[in-house]
Amino acid sequence: MAARRTSGAGADSGSLGDGGRGAAAPGSEADAAISVHDLTSAARDLIEGAFPPLWVRGEVTNFKAHRNGHWYFSLRDANAQVNCVIWSSATRRIPAQPDEGMQVLALGQMTVWPVRGDLQFSVRQLEAEGDGLWRKALEQSRLRLERDGLLAAERKRRLPAFPRRIAVITSPDGAALRDVITVSRSRSADVELVVVPAKVQGEGAADSLIDALERVGRWGGADLVIIGRGGGSREDLWAFNDERLARALAACRVPTISAVGHEVDISLCDLVADVRAATPSAAAEIAVPSRRELAARVDALGNRLASAAVRRQDRAVASLVQVRKRLALTATRLVDRRRARIEMLAGQLEALSPLATLSRGFGVARGPDGATLSRRAQFAPGAGFELWLQDGIVEATTAAIKPLPDERMERTNREPA
Amino acid sequence: MTFEQSLNRLEEIVRDLERQDMPLEQALRLFEEGIGHLRLAGSALQAVDAQVQQLVEAADGSFSVEDFGD
Repeated sequence: MAARRTSGAGADSGSLGDGGRGAAAPGSEADAAISVHDLTSAARDLIEGAFPPLWVRGEVTNFKAHRNGHWYFSLRDANAQVNCVIWSSATRRIPAQPDEGMQVLALGQMTVWPVRGDLQFSVRQLEAEGDGLWRKALEQSRLRLERDGLLAAERKRRLPAFPRRIAVITSPDGAALRDVITVSRSRSADVELVVVPAKVQGEGAADSLIDALERVGRWGGADLVIIGRGGGSREDLWAFNDERLARALAACRVPTISAVGHEVDISLCDLVADVRAATPSAAAEIAVPSRRELAARVDALGNRLASAAVRRQDRAVASLVQVRKRLALTATRLVDRRRARIEMLAGQLEALSPLATLSRGFGVARGPDGATLSRRAQFAPGAGFELWLQDGIVEATTAAIKPLPDERMERTNREPA
Repeated sequence: MTFEQSLNRLEEIVRDLERQDMPLEQALRLFEEGIGHLRLAGSALQAVDAQVQQLVEAADGSFSVEDFGD
């Protein structure tokens, strides 16, 4: 696809002087006078034949971009100046108009413009010393894009984590496409690459790329766009600095990755795209998830899930064990407390038991119904009762009833009743 | 459910489980759901190679994708 450039005028130089037989050579006599146009044309042919295309260094002055698309200016230095023209067909390949006074290098053909008879340097390539013109054009476009907010960081969209269909806008037979396909296959995720062919360099490349972007938009089937090409000279990559292309890229409805294979310069497409990849391979790496990485991620999640579950289970078991321990402890304590209480009660009971009293030498009288007879009113002369002693029971009969010998004792006995 | 959704849900579940502040019953339910997503995501990864196609626009403005045949 390399543009073949033919160099200027070849060997056929002046057409004057190759005299015909018999007649006088044109212009050699008054009768054979030639036209002005013949003269200036002959001068042009002679000059063009004498000069190969040359690079000339000089300063731009009197620059004028004509309505018809041609550029007119003069190149000058301290001692001389020459009229220059850049035909509109050539201006398209020049990134920007030169500034007045700019030091430039011009590649052109010395010639004569027959219409005016002026000596003229016909320029087809113009470069500012350094990268002046390219930088200038780029800077102007960049400023316009910036002014319109197209370079703002908050405009950048996140790429889909798992794109299903990636539109790849590039040359169908370029290294870029091969790289994208190779890398995508090596990452081997379930993704579809849809090639959208475009011309990526030379005349009409920007238009072709814009057209491809618009096709992707009309189609609407892609969820990610990669636009780019492999490395090349700055001229080769220039289409990606086209402002209209940058605007079309910014208008793309799905996220975009620019992949213009250059290391040094950053293209306008790079600035506008959501993500800039240094090369088409890098773009594929960014765009296409790697199955191996995904598998590792899924594995890791599986492990985390399992250990989280195990931990949760362990915790459940641990708390169960703890609950059981606490339950057992509580139960033991409860039993112990009961036992202590029972023992205490037993002691009290023991102390209160009539049997204990009996063991101290007292006896208890009990009626036939088992009631304790503790007052003389409960007895009747001649009635039977039992007398309980510490080691046996005596069947007894009431012989007589009388009060206690001591009145004082009787009173104290009565009081608690 | 897509692979992406499955993976995202799985991540959510693992995070929740690791936060350790949910009833056992809920944890078990989440665990089961997580296992389901794990299977789904795992099987999605068995899928085929990247396909390469070409976008073709017909005269009537309709689009189709055809084998690129590289």
